[in-house]
Amino acid sequence: MAAEMEPPPLGDAGQTDFREIEDGEGFFVSTVTTIESPEPSSPDPPSMPAEGISTNGPKQEDISLDDDPEDLFAEATEEVSLDSPEREPILSDGPSPAITPVTPTAMLTPRMGLGTAEMFERALDEIEEDDSGDTFDMHIAVSDPEKVGDGMNAYMGYKVTTKTSMTIFSKNETTVRRRFSDFLGLHSKLASKYLHIGYIVPPAPEKSIVGMTKVKVGKEDLSSAEFVEKRRSALERYLMRTVKHPILLKDPDVMMFLESSELPRAVSTQALSGAGILRMVNKAADAVNKMTIKMNESDAWFEEKHQQFENLDLQLRKLHASVECLVCHRKELSVNTASFAKSAAMLGNSEDHTALSRALSQLAEVEEKIDQLHQDQAYADFYLFSELLGDYVRLITAVKGVFDHRMKTWSKWQDTQLLLQKKREAESKLQFANKPDKLQQAQDEIKELEGKVQQGEKDFELISKTIRKEVSRFEKERVKDFKVVIIQYLESLVQTQQQLIKYWEAFLPEAKAIA
Amino acid sequence: MTSTLDDSEKEKARSVSVDLNNDASLLIDIPDALCERDKVKFTVHTKTTLSSFQKPDFSVPRQHEDFIWLHDTLVETEDYAGLIIPPAPPKPDFESPREKMHKLGEGEATMTKEEYTKMKQELEAEYLAVFKKTVQVHEVFLQRLSSHPILSKDRNFQIFLEYDQDLSVRRKNAKETFGSFFKNMVKSADEVIISGIKEVDDFFEQEKTFLLDYSSKIKDSTARAEKMTRSHKNVADDYIHISATLNSLSVDDNTALKKHLEKFADLFEKLRKVEGRVASDEELKLTELLRYYMLDIQAAKDLLYRRARALADYENSNKALDKARLKSKDITQAEEHQQQCLQKFDKLSESGKRELTSFKGRRVVAFRKNLIEMAELEIKHAKNNMALLQGCIELLKSN
Repeated sequence: MAAEMEPPPLGDAGQTDFREIEDGEGFFVSTVTTIESPEPSSPDPPSMPAEGISTNGPKQEDISLDDDPEDLFAEATEEVSLDSPEREPILSDGPSPAITPVTPTAMLTPRMGLGTAEMFERALDEIEEDDSGDTFDMHIAVSDPEKVGDGMNAYMGYKVTTKTSMTIFSKNETTVRRRFSDFLGLHSKLASKYLHIGYIVPPAPEKSIVGMTKVKVGKEDLSSAEFVEKRRSALERYLMRTVKHPILLKDPDVMMFLESSELPRAVSTQALSGAGILRMVNKAADAVNKMTIKMNESDAWFEEKHQQFENLDLQLRKLHASVECLVCHRKELSVNTASFAKSAAMLGNSEDHTALSRALSQLAEVEEKIDQLHQDQAYADFYLFSELLGDYVRLITAVKGVFDHRMKTWSKWQDTQLLLQKKREAESKLQFANKPDKLQQAQDEIKELEGKVQQGEKDFELISKTIRKEVSRFEKERVKDFKVVIIQYLESLVQTQQQLIKYWEAFLPEAKAIA
Repeated sequence: MTSTLDDSEKEKARSVSVDLNNDASLLIDIPDALCERDKVKFTVHTKTTLSSFQKPDFSVPRQHEDFIWLHDTLVETEDYAGLIIPPAPPKPDFESPREKMHKLGEGEATMTKEEYTKMKQELEAEYLAVFKKTVQVHEVFLQRLSSHPILSKDRNFQIFLEYDQDLSVRRKNAKETFGSFFKNMVKSADEVIISGIKEVDDFFEQEKTFLLDYSSKIKDSTARAEKMTRSHKNVADDYIHISATLNSLSVDDNTALKKHLEKFADLFEKLRKVEGRVASDEELKLTELLRYYMLDIQAAKDLLYRRARALADYENSNKALDKARLKSKDITQAEEHQQQCLQKFDKLSESGKRELTSFKGRRVVAFRKNLIEMAELEIKHAKNNMALLQGCIELLKSN
């Protein structure tokens, strides 16, 4: 079935297919049920691999390197036949070959046999090709900011409207009211679930104490209105980015955020809360750790990508700064043009030559219209260009974070391996010590550690694979976003020029009429 | 740096004032100028058929201060009291580009080599523009003198044009400088006088009201127009930085975005050139126009002051005559004095009326010309911008 999708009718057909298969596929259902168990099913909470992910999204977990090759195979088959419209295509990197060895270690091969792995990858690629034409049918709007309460406890409530034809949502259209901390809470939850296993979770808009204080205090001026609009727009973009992510879309926290009428208040997002302080401590610890971990990068892809993102970060920040400068100067231009317009009007009034006086008044009117044009253009400069860049600067921070988590995962694995080695050495010494109890204990410990080492390696491979997919998805989104915005922005510039032509062409006969 | 302005540029440059340098009997221009540190040395070139000059074709080097001296001596000449003396050219001001060049030097480390080069080019162009502007205003000053029936015959003017040695001996010494400062003080007192004096002539009454009001309005407009054009230049400069960074992004990019970024960067580079032209055309046609006439209006006001003073003198002489008649003493003297004052006043009024009428005509013509040219240039540049933008959009969409 072709993946061409248009809102309601065709979409629904697509949905039905999806559901049928879900119900019918024995393997799949079984996998789902087994994983329904609460999160820390493995002994090490942080390294939650497939289980954690799957709780939140049924299939898609081509990455679950389970012991059961059949399951994987089934999943692959499933994905091929499904062609579900809402499946977000996960493309492999453009330039790199379709079949990329996931990790340097031979983890995959002994498990499944190289042939399987390759077929799997190939199948994925095929799907990716097919799905590239799919549209993602969901639209979220954040609107109607309204101040709730008074004084310093006041906050801004936003209306969040979700329109979708996807069946994972209970209604086609849902409206809820949320406040800023709710968004932060959502992000916090998603980050804690997905970041450490390699998913690029879109960052939430930044807090602004100054901005919010003005709003709370009730300053009804232009700058606080601008602040609210800026925030509203940022929240909308944040939600859209989050739901565009195929995994995050299926997360129950996301669904709850979009659908439930009441949300528990996310207090832990406050900067000075216990959770907030813990966050700060963790951040500091992370920074120190990052400096001490020296990873032997055996995968050139990661090395390359890491460097690429460092460069991209630098350039985007620079561009962002330049565009912010442009916005500022354009606003200045608008203000100065308006000021000139006023003085030209006064000059026209003072002028005693009738025709010249009229022309000067007309000039004043033209300049007044032009100042509005400049203001509108500054608005476009900001909301189209500057905010896109700002969003991507923050997104890249998340990408870099994910790379860092991979390093941590590797580091943990290595540490466990070292520990195992030590224990083994200790055990061999105990062999000659004639302490059967201690020997048994050591042997038990070794067994446990061996398991942990295996898990660590699996985790590392998993996160590496996830990151590869995520990065490729991210790049695809980036290309799309930028392409769209560049054209939109250019069109805004065109409009401004068109208006300028109109205004000056209207003025020209007035100037010629001066006799 | 030297600059030789070709004829077409001069034609454009001279747009602020019209009908100059048409009389073949005395043609003046500034074909080149040299900029040494803070001082600009102008080469004043004269071509004449008048026998009052020693040679038919000659050039002399002059500094800004020489122009000021010439202006001030003309103002101080009693005979010209009834004329609008063309305003002195403003001092060459390279402060703005120099400051920007300094800032650029400081920020060099943060820019790519290409970006820095482009910014430097922009600044050099700005420097050149200031330079050309100052040459133009000095030239226009001389040309207004040469095209004035009375002022062109002034002896000091001739000395200025001809004297082939350093004029500094004839320039203001400290005493004279102080004198002119004092004169300026007196002038502001004059403003009070002329507003206070009872005007008998409708024409002058109208002119007075008009000029006083217009003068402050045009001063305000000039300042705001200047701010506006400067903002425009800032926007054009921002485009340079944006273009350079987009270029870097495109070089590092290996996705489908590469071409997009490249074209986008290229577009910004082209756009900024157009925006730069918009800013400089606006400056020339609008800001400079306003600035020039602001100065001219000041010169017209000066004429009114002089006439008002003459009127005050005449009224005083009348009172003196009455007193003399009462005392029956020095009547003839008083009568003579009164006659003199009356003559002077009438002469001023007559020539003043002529001057002010032609001034208005000149002003209206110049405004018309510049406003038309500005509108036409704005349209031209906007159409240019649009073509660039639409071309780029099509290119990107088809990719």
